[in-house]
Amino acid sequence: MVPELGQFALILSFCLCVLLGTLPLIGAGTGNQLWISLARPLTAGVFVFLSLCLLILGYSFVTDDFSVQFVAQHSNSLLPIQYKITAVWGGHEGSFLFWTWMLALWMLAVSLFSKAMPDDFVARVLGIMGLIGAGYTLFMIATSNPFDRVLPLSPADGADLNSALQDIGFIIHPPSLYMGYVGFSVVFAFAIAALLSGRLDSAWARWSRPWANAAWAILTIGIALGSWWAYYELGWGGWWAWDPVENPPMINWLLGTALIHSLAVTEKRGVFKSWTVLLAIMAFASSLLGTFITRSGLLTSVHAFASDPTRGVYILGFLGLVIGGSLLLFALRAPLMKSEFGFASVSREVFLLANNIILVVASAAILLGTLYPMVYQAVSGGELISVGPPYFNTIFVPLMSILVIFLVLGAISRWKKTSVAYLKQQLRNVAIASVVLGLILPLALTLEFNVGASIATALGLWIVLGIVQDIRLKIANKPSVLAGLRSLAVAYIGMQIAHFGFAVILMGAALTSIYSIEKSVLLSPGQGVDLGHYHFQFDGTEHLSGPNFEAERATFQVLRDGEFVRELHPEKRVYVASMSPSTEMAIDAGFTRDLFITLGEERESGAWSMSIYIKPLVRWVWLGSIIMALGAIVAVLDKRYRRLKVKTLAQAAAEPEATPGVSGGQTVTG
Amino acid sequence: MRRSVALVRLYCLSLLLVLGAVVAGALPQPTLAAVDAFEFETDEQQRRFRQMSDDFRCPMCQNTSLTGSSGGVAEDLRREIYLMIMDGKTDYEIEQFMLERYGDFIFYRPRLTLETVLLWFGPLLFLVLGGWIIFGIIRRAQPMTQEQVALNDEEQQRLKALLDNVKRD
Amino acid sequence: MSRLKLFIPVIVFMVMAVMLWRGLYLDPRTLPSVLIDKPLPDFELPRVEDEALISKADLPDEPFLLNVWGSYCLPCLQENPILMAAKEAGVVPIVGVNYKDKLNLARLWMDDNGSPFDFSIMDADGRLGINLGVYGAPETFIVDGNGVIRYKHIGVIDYKTWDEEIMPALAAVRAEATL
Repeated sequence: MVPELGQFALILSFCLCVLLGTLPLIGAGTGNQLWISLARPLTAGVFVFLSLCLLILGYSFVTDDFSVQFVAQHSNSLLPIQYKITAVWGGHEGSFLFWTWMLALWMLAVSLFSKAMPDDFVARVLGIMGLIGAGYTLFMIATSNPFDRVLPLSPADGADLNSALQDIGFIIHPPSLYMGYVGFSVVFAFAIAALLSGRLDSAWARWSRPWANAAWAILTIGIALGSWWAYYELGWGGWWAWDPVENPPMINWLLGTALIHSLAVTEKRGVFKSWTVLLAIMAFASSLLGTFITRSGLLTSVHAFASDPTRGVYILGFLGLVIGGSLLLFALRAPLMKSEFGFASVSREVFLLANNIILVVASAAILLGTLYPMVYQAVSGGELISVGPPYFNTIFVPLMSILVIFLVLGAISRWKKTSVAYLKQQLRNVAIASVVLGLILPLALTLEFNVGASIATALGLWIVLGIVQDIRLKIANKPSVLAGLRSLAVAYIGMQIAHFGFAVILMGAALTSIYSIEKSVLLSPGQGVDLGHYHFQFDGTEHLSGPNFEAERATFQVLRDGEFVRELHPEKRVYVASMSPSTEMAIDAGFTRDLFITLGEERESGAWSMSIYIKPLVRWVWLGSIIMALGAIVAVLDKRYRRLKVKTLAQAAAEPEATPGVSGGQTVTG
Repeated sequence: MRRSVALVRLYCLSLLLVLGAVVAGALPQPTLAAVDAFEFETDEQQRRFRQMSDDFRCPMCQNTSLTGSSGGVAEDLRREIYLMIMDGKTDYEIEQFMLERYGDFIFYRPRLTLETVLLWFGPLLFLVLGGWIIFGIIRRAQPMTQEQVALNDEEQQRLKALLDNVKRD
Repeated sequence: MSRLKLFIPVIVFMVMAVMLWRGLYLDPRTLPSVLIDKPLPDFELPRVEDEALISKADLPDEPFLLNVWGSYCLPCLQENPILMAAKEAGVVPIVGVNYKDKLNLARLWMDDNGSPFDFSIMDADGRLGINLGVYGAPETFIVDGNGVIRYKHIGVIDYKTWDEEIMPALAAVRAEATL
């Protein structure tokens, strides 16, 4: 009975989305105030009913309702409660419902936090998101209904959730990733609304920025969590595989980065409007493409859901309609590029544009590599090739290096026009210091010269020292350093935090790839092995009985340069139910390095095979991501909040609103 | 005041996240790792083994390298690589061995052939195209006159007013 | 002219969409063999039946099927009846490659289910399998009278596959032999 309510709620959501996608849009076009005013209530309705769907599905899981096919496929009566709940996104149908609910959540947020925008514009934005929601809900009803039942012979128990998913990573990674991924539909809707209304100005950019930044920040965290999860789940030290399902979020992230910077230029300088709109469409397109690749069986991946060409055709059709339609609208309505003016050939605008181009080139390259095997197979009549990490790393690293160089140049440059002499003067010492320290530091710490490490260190320092230099410039004529720092605009602080986070990721990723070491050995109890500065002493194993497994628990003494660091306890388990062996690695996580040990097998002699890994700076990858996301959120907080306050105050005092582009009390920085 | 409170809150939140990430890593974690017991004579051999194991694709898996797959043909192929390394074979010889039996599919680094020229040089092409677009935009952007670069009167007044505001704070 | 440039994204996108649509109907999983028209690899391995050492010279002089199987392999069990029927009818010699299996388990399997093989080569460590480009049982090769691999089928053989794929391929190989 209850799943049928879910079914009903899903259909209602579809109907409401259709209404939302038609009436307010038509109303905005014809000036029909009644239809325009329907946008917010309809949005609330969509959110309520989709939430109901999600709750009902969760309820079915928690109450072990195996008559619901999706529950039977992904749950089990013995599954711990937290995984029963999160199993909602453990398979295609449920995760797509969750994806659609995320859209409804963003729609609700837009309807609540959009008081500063004209109603007809908001109506258009919500209307477009409603159209997207209609497509998603129809897809579920037609091909992927999570409420399908197995009647009359319901299974007595479920097939259980994949053991790899019974983990905290599964609880936090999909929600944050989906939230970020879906978040780009907001700024997409803003872009389409702008094209439809013909209102493509700095005000539009100002309204869009917080939404773009928020989605980008959340996507950054979502991707970082995925990488972190893969790292300890897979157990051999990898944290990014350039897998066909990992690549679309990366493309989305790169395009999103280009978008947030382009929006900044459009807001402040009124240029690159068409380019910004195109980026918004492309970012959203990449998020739809990700959905398509993951769920259609187009490409092979461990992450992909079960393949089904029918679903693939539907999603592709939807993709074609939405993106094709948007790009057509763009071709017809976007302002012509020749309206760009107001900047010299060396200026902040140009550096930002250059980096935008590089980000798009990187995205195109990743897309090329991801789809190439498929194209090759089609064209060659069945032959298969593979494109993997060696290709992507070879292409990506040089592009990012160029980006880093322009990043600092752009941050220091002034709007409109910057003289090359000025740049040279401000950055000469930074450049020299970066190169020199880049050469010295790795050499000093590892006593060996490595070209890659030097370049990575130099580039990372280029950013960090560039930040320091820029801040010094900004607070140069302030009474004290503290006063100077306090005077900095919050948006500016956010930018520097984000760039700093990027430098951290860069150095972490590069240096861990270069300096990670590992060793496979066969050790008997009492034997030890040296790796790097560490000594690992194997004390032997003891038997352990767990709730549903039997295990051999090993003890290792870890010493660094003779001094005791800690004990590590990797395990080899056999789960009683499935009789399948599983290895539990033991990690010593640290800011400067990770150590971990994975047990292999016990030989007759009593010796164990094992692998030991030392990965310097690997945590910097995720730390840097968190810092970057933090920076983006900080950048967005102040302006919007204060502007909201200004608006409210202004309303209260019945004063005319400040003209767009000028923010009261804001220092002219950032 | 409100600004700094918000900042402090965010700072704490991020610190918590950071600690969480670091701490969470310290508990024993179930892993899908495959562990071989190959012993090498030199570090260079171990490095070569790991490199090749990473760069070859497991023929039977869902897009994983030989390093990332446990059991089956992946295990056998890693064993073969180990034996070939210990036997003194060069990287090229080992790659040929794989190519003869499994074809280009097994290379994660696609060989540069006529068919993959577009793949390897595509990104460079994109970059050149991008550069051409930028130069086009820069060239067509109307040059700023000295008058436009300098602040006009109205902007001068606003700047003065803002600076006065700041001095007063 | 500038307006036309704005149409470039939509055109590029449409081309991509068509490619993706075509891609949906490709199968990215079956790995075609690179050993077609190459000679069988040399080997010296024992037979499952009597552990006598055999090599390429002991293989049939006429076109035959080389079937990779294991006692652990469920699809191999599924295709067993078809291969047995082929053996009864004397259609084509079938030689087995017992891939990464245990001798006693293999013999037990053959006793339980019947052996369609003239004999089975014991490839306990999978070396022969690697030289054949095998990545999992069942896989079936058609080898001609000169010991050259002419065809490979990956996966289980059902009646449809037998009639529509294996038999025609075999006929083609035989036709060449008589030329």
